[in-house]
Amino acid sequence: MKVLVCVKQVAVLGDEVEFTEDERDVDPDYLDFALNEWDTYATEEALRIIEGAGSGEVVVVSVGDEDSEDALRRCLAMGADRGIRVEAEGRLDPIQVARALAEVVRAESPDLVFAGVQSSDSVQAATGGALAGLLELPSAAVVTKIELGDGKATVHRELEGGLVDVVEVDTPALLTIQTGINEPRYATLRAIKQAEQQEIDVRSPGDLGEPAYVMRKMFVPQKGEGAEMLDGSPAVVAQRIKEIVGERLT
Amino acid sequence: MSVLVVAEHLRGQTRPITLELISAAQELEGPTTVAVIAKDPGALADQVGVTGVDEIVTVAVEQEEFENDVYREAVEQLIGDRSPAVTLVGFTVNSMGFAPALAAKLGLGFASDVFGLSRDGSDLIAERSFYGSKVSAEIEFPGHDQVLLMIRPTSWPPAEGAGSASRSELSATISGSRARHTEFQEVEAGDVDITTADFLLSVGRGVGEKENLGQFDDLAQKMGATLSVSRPLVDQGWMPNSRQVGQSGKTVKPKVYLALGISGAVQHLAGMKTSGTIIAVNTDPEAAIFSVAHYGAVTDLFEVAEELDKLYA
Repeated sequence: MKVLVCVKQVAVLGDEVEFTEDERDVDPDYLDFALNEWDTYATEEALRIIEGAGSGEVVVVSVGDEDSEDALRRCLAMGADRGIRVEAEGRLDPIQVARALAEVVRAESPDLVFAGVQSSDSVQAATGGALAGLLELPSAAVVTKIELGDGKATVHRELEGGLVDVVEVDTPALLTIQTGINEPRYATLRAIKQAEQQEIDVRSPGDLGEPAYVMRKMFVPQKGEGAEMLDGSPAVVAQRIKEIVGERLT
Repeated sequence: MSVLVVAEHLRGQTRPITLELISAAQELEGPTTVAVIAKDPGALADQVGVTGVDEIVTVAVEQEEFENDVYREAVEQLIGDRSPAVTLVGFTVNSMGFAPALAAKLGLGFASDVFGLSRDGSDLIAERSFYGSKVSAEIEFPGHDQVLLMIRPTSWPPAEGAGSASRSELSATISGSRARHTEFQEVEAGDVDITTADFLLSVGRGVGEKENLGQFDDLAQKMGATLSVSRPLVDQGWMPNSRQVGQSGKTVKPKVYLALGISGAVQHLAGMKTSGTIIAVNTDPEAAIFSVAHYGAVTDLFEVAEELDKLYA
């Protein structure tokens, strides 16, 4: 049993933002980086499947520059067996990322491919689906439960409003994993240290094709139109909240 | 710009996103074709015959409910047959299953979670967020004659008014469905119905620990509010799904929505932004919740909660 998990090192923007000179991206000085939250659930689910099967391998794959190896190492520290990074610089769209991932998946031919439903920074919810399209794999999106059977899996897809669509999917398959499917384990300090030393297999990408879109301009959205900010001490804020609530509920 | 809208339906009803997609299509000045892919598309087609639709094309398939492979193959053949400049689908769980796959396979221009559309001469421009909704961006699609966009729900009002669309059929070849719908399972009904409350006190990740939830439940009771939560607290297993506000939980519209420690993910905002009065307390001045709030305070939620506790004692 082999499960391949696609993971992403996401950018986290703090309280302040400045743009690059061409206004097409955020100045990287204003960004922090972390393993995408959805991918921790996908990695955990893969680990549980291998642990349940008694043997097998969890391979984590990411597309990006050397810094994105941090995301892979977080997964290795959780218990993933191997990490593969496909070398890429700069901003890629989800379809380009899927093209970069597709070659690795073909070479590894896993029994299951997982991706997080979406990344917290770009929220495209597209990389996993695009990868399934390129590989012509059966797939299901937004999965909250997996039961493996013989040549198929029964999965729960979480639709809007929380309605569950129970789907029988042929395997090998690609599933995009939703938060809440499990409780991701914490890596021990020892495992984190060990993961720092682990070799990451670096591969060069093939042809990533034309970008699916091109950035014209990035800007801070107008916010709080009509939002009146309540200033003052917590006591003053609480008093104002009580007044507003009182007015609106009568 | 010719537009193909892919209708969505569930249990025999057209989903609201379909009419929103038809409104979005009007920004591109048409002509607009709406595709209805269903076992019995006739009745569903009647539901999308609104103003602004030029043509309704029905595709009869064997499957009653949505299945990935069926939609992917049907929409691929629709795009091949009609050559629309722009194909619009919802940024919904179902469309996440087939639209990115199709865009990758056909090499289409593509973007998802799009909430704005415009044109610059003959160029299509879409607007979407990056970096966790903290910045917006205009994007374009040079080199692509055909573009597929996934549209954020509730970004456009539903199209309405009787239309005069022509009807046609397309027979699509579906080679098989490798992910088959078997049944739906309802969300377990909770102890309270948050959709009927006039006043919701809603808490999010900012509460930090499960142990802290009790004090907010107490506070809600004192204030005469019902306690609701954002998704992370349900993911952690701290609260049941029935208390969750947002796209994967409940859509609510109370008279007052008091959000404490909720940053305001897009999916959360979609479930509460039409509330009568929204009051948000968050330590992050850039939190997206402030973009929909009527009143905001950048301060510590625990300190405010403590003061409210005294006021409602």
